[in-house]
Amino acid sequence: MIAPEAAQGVRAGRAKAATQVAAGFAVPRGLKQLAFDLTGIVVAAVMLFPIYWMVITAFKPGRDILTLEPKWFPAPFTLDNFKDAIARPFFLDDVRNSLIIVAVMLVLALFVAFLAAVGTARFGFRGRTAYLVMIIGVQMVPLNALIIPLYMLLDSAGQVDALPGVIAIYLAVVLPFMIWTLRGFVANIPVELEESAMIDGCTRVGAFFRITFPLVGPGLVATAIFGFIQAWNEYIIAYVLLSSPTNQTLTVWLASFTTNHGPQWGPLMAAATLTGLPVVAFFLILQRYLAGGLTAGAVKG
Amino acid sequence: MGLAIATPDQRPALFLRFAQLVRRRLFPYALITPSVAVIAGILAFPLGMLVWISLQHYGLRELIQHQGEWVGLGNYQAILADPLFRQVIFRSLAFTFASVALTVGLSTLIALLLLKVRRAVRVIVMSALVFVWATPVVVTVDIWQWMFDYEFGVINYLLTQLHLGNFIHHNWFDNPLQGWTVFVVIVVWGAIPFVTITVYAGLLQVPGELLDAAQVDGAGGWQRFRFVTAPMLKPIFLIVICLSTIWDFGVFNQIYILLNQRPSSDYYTIAIYSYRESFGVTQYGLGAAIAVLLVLVLIVVTLFYVRETVRQAEIA
Repeated sequence: MIAPEAAQGVRAGRAKAATQVAAGFAVPRGLKQLAFDLTGIVVAAVMLFPIYWMVITAFKPGRDILTLEPKWFPAPFTLDNFKDAIARPFFLDDVRNSLIIVAVMLVLALFVAFLAAVGTARFGFRGRTAYLVMIIGVQMVPLNALIIPLYMLLDSAGQVDALPGVIAIYLAVVLPFMIWTLRGFVANIPVELEESAMIDGCTRVGAFFRITFPLVGPGLVATAIFGFIQAWNEYIIAYVLLSSPTNQTLTVWLASFTTNHGPQWGPLMAAATLTGLPVVAFFLILQRYLAGGLTAGAVKG
Repeated sequence: MGLAIATPDQRPALFLRFAQLVRRRLFPYALITPSVAVIAGILAFPLGMLVWISLQHYGLRELIQHQGEWVGLGNYQAILADPLFRQVIFRSLAFTFASVALTVGLSTLIALLLLKVRRAVRVIVMSALVFVWATPVVVTVDIWQWMFDYEFGVINYLLTQLHLGNFIHHNWFDNPLQGWTVFVVIVVWGAIPFVTITVYAGLLQVPGELLDAAQVDGAGGWQRFRFVTAPMLKPIFLIVICLSTIWDFGVFNQIYILLNQRPSSDYYTIAIYSYRESFGVTQYGLGAAIAVLLVLVLIVVTLFYVRETVRQAEIA
């Protein structure tokens, strides 16, 4: 009970002394803290403003959107923009396409990534390091640059403007990161758990499926969400490969909204809100896994 | 199991053990084979094909016949002699430099600020960052398009109200310099969350004793950052700079969508130029050559990134 308070007192005292030494005079600590806090609030407000603006525009009636002096709050409030967006041609088709692409891709990707994760986390073999280096490096291949050959490949396979081609490409795009992340999850489960299950009479495969597999559950969920976000957000591949409106994805639909109908900001913002909603929801679940992912262990304290 | 030991005949056991050994040796390879097949087929093979196409004259006729006409380095010569391409390269480099510098600079400042604010404010800032990070790029582009709208955009209104000039009915994209500034704003805003959260995570791992020791030795705030924090965060900065460079140099979506999918040549990035040459005017060979040049530049940056990541993950 006493220790933390004492430590805090020492720290505060030291900080105060240092402020005086460094600046040569005493700045009132409360004022300084207030300045930092206010700056923090301003940063948060500036960052969030565009998203706020999207959401309130989506809820404003048309006459409140096109005003020379903007209205800062959505009063009066309406759902018409959402109804309008959903009723537009191809919206539901494209939601369905996005869902099919993501679902099929995820099932395949989880299976393939899980095998590879187990292979690299549980076994040492020749070429393992080379394989892992490839996994990291390949994440950086710019998809933009590969559109031409991918288009030609799918063209010669008769898969242009069809969902399987897009699914295959997304699969390759999400796999490296999924393998890398899942590998970390598998490696964190002690082999001893499996071994003790085997001593108790489990087969190797049985031990794996009864012990390791359930423990990797959260890892599978995290990587699945990551894959969902990647595929749901992808634009350029879908835009180039899927030409007919009934075959496109939600992002392509959203991006061509203005082009086809002129700027109708209310429905556009409503559609953007709807597109972003599932991603934001999933992302909030996932974020604690993501933050450390790319740089885990980069600084050794 | 006890029975196996008592078996008098050793031959089948030996054979089984050998089979088991082979199986165990090959097993990990079997596990990674599907992923290798997918990555090789859908990323590596097309990369090779891209180089192959870039060495050919490949137009619409060739696309239909599935057969290009070999021109060697002709496409590269044409590209490098093209004054527009030089402009595109120059603009892409300037854009990348400005965006990466601003992203890393601002993010570091915000990360340092996060160390100073009280807990409640930190939670607020972090939530704001995560929200921005989570929003899909296509969605954010639509938002910015609306905010920068020349007629009813909120940004023109705010700038006019702040007496920064008369921005009523000001079109930001008439003047390429202003237009590119807008794109820097959009890209930096979108990149700040990831970089800030990464740098902040790194800052938390800098041992407090080191900073205290420097303070006792009389180091001021800037000196402590310059000589204690920054060197310890160097690996994180390297990774973050590499990733930002890769993302910003290859930028496509933000510009292409915001300019209603038909950007003028003033707004070409390398990726957009390559796309235009191939799918716009069906010069797939030229487009491929541009894409190859883009990949070459990015490979250099990627090598840095991979080296840093491997060094830190210590997978070797």
